[in-house]
Amino acid sequence: MVNTKISLCGQILDNPIIAAAGTFHYGYEMASLYDINMLGSFSCKGTTLEPRFGNPSPRIAEAKDGVIISIGLENPGVDAVISTEFPRLQKVYHKKIFANCCGFSPEEFAEVAYRMDQADVVGFLEINISCPNVKGASRFSCDPALAKEVTRLVKARCHKPVFVKLSPNVTDIVSIALACEEGGADGISLINCIHAMRIDLKSRKPVLALKKGGLSGPAIFPIALRMVYDVSHAVHVPVIGIGGIETPEDVLEMMMAGASAVEVGAMNLVDPYIGKKLVLGLPEAMERYGISDLSSIIGVA
Amino acid sequence: MKEENCEILENVLLSENTYRMTLRQQEENFPRPGMFFALSLPSFFLRRPFSLMDHHDSFFTFVYKVVGKGTKAMSEMRAGTSLNALLGLGNGYDLSKSGDHPLLIGGGSGIGVMVDLARFLLKEGKHPLVAVGFNRKVEIYAEEELRKMSLSYRLFTVDGSAGEKGFPTLALSSPHDYVYACGPFPLLKAIALTDPVPGQFSLERRMGCGYGCCMGCTIETKHGPRRVCKDGPVFEKEDLLW
Ligand SMILES: Cc1cc2nc3c(=O)[nH]c(=O)nc-3n(C[C@H](O)[C@H](O)[C@H](O)COP(=O)(O)OP(=O)(O)OC[C@H]3O[C@@H](n4cnc5c(N)ncnc54)[C@H](O)[C@@H]3O)c2cc1C
Ligand SMILES: Cc1cc2nc3c(=O)[nH]c(=O)nc-3n(C[C@H](O)[C@H](O)[C@H](O)COP(=O)(O)O)c2cc1C
Ligand code: FES
Repeated sequence: MVNTKISLCGQILDNPIIAAAGTFHYGYEMASLYDINMLGSFSCKGTTLEPRFGNPSPRIAEAKDGVIISIGLENPGVDAVISTEFPRLQKVYHKKIFANCCGFSPEEFAEVAYRMDQADVVGFLEINISCPNVKGASRFSCDPALAKEVTRLVKARCHKPVFVKLSPNVTDIVSIALACEEGGADGISLINCIHAMRIDLKSRKPVLALKKGGLSGPAIFPIALRMVYDVSHAVHVPVIGIGGIETPEDVLEMMMAGASAVEVGAMNLVDPYIGKKLVLGLPEAMERYGISDLSSIIGVA
Repeated sequence: MKEENCEILENVLLSENTYRMTLRQQEENFPRPGMFFALSLPSFFLRRPFSLMDHHDSFFTFVYKVVGKGTKAMSEMRAGTSLNALLGLGNGYDLSKSGDHPLLIGGGSGIGVMVDLARFLLKEGKHPLVAVGFNRKVEIYAEEELRKMSLSYRLFTVDGSAGEKGFPTLALSSPHDYVYACGPFPLLKAIALTDPVPGQFSLERRMGCGYGCCMGCTIETKHGPRRVCKDGPVFEKEDLLW
């Protein structure tokens, strides 16, 4: 029997598999496909203070081994999430989630996080300073001083562990991670989508209505892995590795790079059962590589 | 929704750039007409969504137009190949709201769905009038299926090379008490803006997941944002914004 349990800021997760924000909505609809309690956890759709419709369509463009998205944080607003979505979720899910919080000012981040902090079902706050698809929302992820300020304000108002989610669209991701750690972050999640675009040859125009979007999926795995490696070697807090995870072997590789847990995003779009497959496939992959305790491989590479 | 590996039973050219594919299924997954499925194609990341022209317990048939790389790859596939599919997606048409004399308007790749819908409506004892529109004669498909059914049928081509010349919206002048439509956006918009009769439209959007998790396909409606893949693809005509 192998041990898939991992510890994150003092909380024990049954396994390191977390469904990534924006690819699992608020979870309860996924529960009709499989028992989502088998996941380590999941991160809810990025939530803002006010409801948002998001960006115009098309919001989706295909890429080799990935997808370019420009959703623009469509969500019903934090109060509706807490009063409507969470009660539906709690009927089918008894673990804790990551509350993915977004904002357009440091104060708004802190307000959304503060309200999420009070919700029972929330175990961790994930501060998404990195949405590439919303005007004005990504500057927090490019400037160490702003990233630190957001983290500091959120920490000052919240009790639950705070993970700051970083963007890969920066020159030096380590400096941003260090700034968040200085601001008091309890952990770092990375990466969000990579700036990208496609052009339709027939119309000679970009496929996406807003022209550019963010690339995710297996295509970005090696890039994410490298960034997780760099960041986890620089900070002292736990790191959640995100980007292109598709197989149990990818989970092991990401953890060897330094991730304490992983999030799985774009693969949920094409394989609704990917979370279940990863959870069930992980012990066998561990045995194959002679790993009896998953925690023992974190950052060994 | 169900994930299944479906064997291709048939894949034939019907008319210019238009193919008919029949896939095996283990059991009926499409209780209502207007539901769809999403096919995974080897070496393409996203699944391709299609709606049905016909279905039975053990197989279903759809018509697809070659418009890009994925549908091109499909057109070269042989019977016997298996494709992974998510079956039974979307809400489908609500037949209970139809009057006795529904008008069904289909354009382009939206015509297959109207064939399936007409079959359901006939079973309910309704008297459908089906109006279909193509650009040119060489694109025509589904004629045989429609002529075999005991319903009124009007064929339109934009250039007049077959049937009546013009758009299928010309059929709106025929008496009807309900309207169902599937086709290009301008066709649906024209119906919505000129026909006072209630109805239901089936929409197409680029999709990420096809089952509701990604918000890739959302439209704004009178009741707020709705996902075409999960809350649709069929919407009440009155709820749509143009
Ligand atoms: C609910 C629904 C039902 C459909 N039913 C049918 C049908 O019965 N027959 C038929 O011929 N077509 C149908 N379509 C359109 C069909 O899905 C596209 O033509 C097909 O995905 C194009 O794939 P491609 O790889 O050839 O095109 P490419 O342009 O190479 O595809 C690139 C990406 O864009 C997407 N895409 C391109 N065009 C469309 C489109 N019009 N709608 C949605 N996504 C698109 C593709 O799925 C893919 O993700 C339907 C679409 C939807 C949403
Ligand atoms: C459809 C879609 C929606 C997303 N929405 C969010 C979001 O709301 N908040 C967020 O922090 N990240 C969001 N992301 C980014 C993912 O959570 C993840 O960081 C990224 O896609 C990389 O992982 P992947 O390659 O496994 O998808 C979204 C990604 C996708 C594909
Ligand atoms: S395509 Fe993902 S929600 Fe509709």
